[in-house]
Amino acid sequence: MSKLKIIANGIIKDNPTFALVLGMCPTLGTTTSAINGFGMGVATMFVLIMSNIVISAVARFIPNKVRIPSYIVIISTFVTIVQLLMQAYLPSLYETLGLFIPLIVVNCIVLGRAEAFANKNTVGDSACDGLGIGLGFTLSLTVIGLVREILGSGSAFGLKFISGDGVLAFVLAPGAFIVLGYLMVLFNKFVAKKE
Amino acid sequence: MTDVLIALAPASLVSIYFYGLPVLLLLAVSAAACILFEFLIHKYLMGSKTEFNGLSAAVTGVLLALNLPPAAPWWIAVIGAFVAIAIAKMSFGGLGQNIFNPALVGRVFLLISFPVIMTTWSAPAGLFHNVDAFSGATPLSIINEGVKAGIPANEIIAAHNFTPLEMLFARTGGSVGEVSAIALLIGFIYLLVRRVIRPHITLSIWVTVAVMTGIFCLANPAQFSGPAFNLLTGGMLLGSIFMATDYVTSPMTAKGQIFFGVGIGVIAVLIRYFGSYPEGVSFAILIMNCVTPLLNRLKPVGFGRK
Repeated sequence: MSKLKIIANGIIKDNPTFALVLGMCPTLGTTTSAINGFGMGVATMFVLIMSNIVISAVARFIPNKVRIPSYIVIISTFVTIVQLLMQAYLPSLYETLGLFIPLIVVNCIVLGRAEAFANKNTVGDSACDGLGIGLGFTLSLTVIGLVREILGSGSAFGLKFISGDGVLAFVLAPGAFIVLGYLMVLFNKFVAKKE
Repeated sequence: MTDVLIALAPASLVSIYFYGLPVLLLLAVSAAACILFEFLIHKYLMGSKTEFNGLSAAVTGVLLALNLPPAAPWWIAVIGAFVAIAIAKMSFGGLGQNIFNPALVGRVFLLISFPVIMTTWSAPAGLFHNVDAFSGATPLSIINEGVKAGIPANEIIAAHNFTPLEMLFARTGGSVGEVSAIALLIGFIYLLVRRVIRPHITLSIWVTVAVMTGIFCLANPAQFSGPAFNLLTGGMLLGSIFMATDYVTSPMTAKGQIFFGVGIGVIAVLIRYFGSYPEGVSFAILIMNCVTPLLNRLKPVGFGRK
């Protein structure tokens, strides 16, 4: 499988949100606006790429019985790095995402890719897989966040285009489920079919 | 479905009489929007998979309008109709497939989306009066806020003259359809006589609410309002007669229907007494809608089986 194919797979065929339906907790919890969704996606993408690289490099030396705890240690190392960097350089985004940043440790996309891809592929392929899945996750979260922001607050990427509030339900939890459901329908009808 | 529309007519007419033409506009816009959305989705998205039933959509539209505040702008009804038909009904597969009562989903969606518009009440005035949002509370919200402020519930009821007789006939502030309890009861009797609905759900809600509020009220009349007040105010009658008895979203067997009604009664009273919203009937019905598939397992034992 070519490197480009691996990346494209992560965005379309194995799109973590709309095709694999993994990592639903941050998907529903952080997509109140396009910026928040994008930030969460990028943070996860960094952790994915780095943990995929390290895990694929050291997988041969890890005894099978303790592989999951070992992966968690590797993943949480990078999550801590992201958390500290974000706290230092993007304090407002860090405030908004809050608990969801440390929770990347237990994000099933990261652990899932380690278990399903990184531990049986080369370092280069694993890096591409992390990038592809990460891009897929970032794109999905940004789109969900954008739709919720447009409908719920009447703004896009923080730029307001109506005065007053939008349809508040879309900023609240029910709106997350409704938007996710309809986007999943559209994705499976128009994007995934072409594969 | 024609029978349900006829049963809703008294409540609608009384409301038009008290609130004037804006309510007529709300009813018409809501019903028309529901029929239009149902038709468009049926024709362009669902293909021939469903049958187009305009009357059923009209019932949803009228019920939605009856659940709106009389001073609500007409576009609120259009948004509510879209949510009710497109999201709550057609997305699940159309008539007979929906898990939740469409009109209630529309109302609750509007309530959490536009909290200011959806809780701006106006006092019943009379035909051809313009509806102004001058009086700002329903009996339930008066009690809710009063009790939170430390005023005993029984004194509030006495001070505002919320006697059962007063509320039974007319002039209860609230949603469009809540103005007159007697008009809703006429609709209930019509549905029973025509055998459109069975009384199990409605009566079990009433009995549950009466018993539960009776116990609470006897224990502490200063904090909890009594049975007559709770049965006659808010969406209790409208919800228990027209919303909870929806065929699609309520259990099939008599036993299941009684459990369903008891559940609605308990949840509604708990939300009214202890929740942050003054009214909980619509939430209670939606919560019990999710349980309906489970309650449908309460089937009678087949003949000759153990």
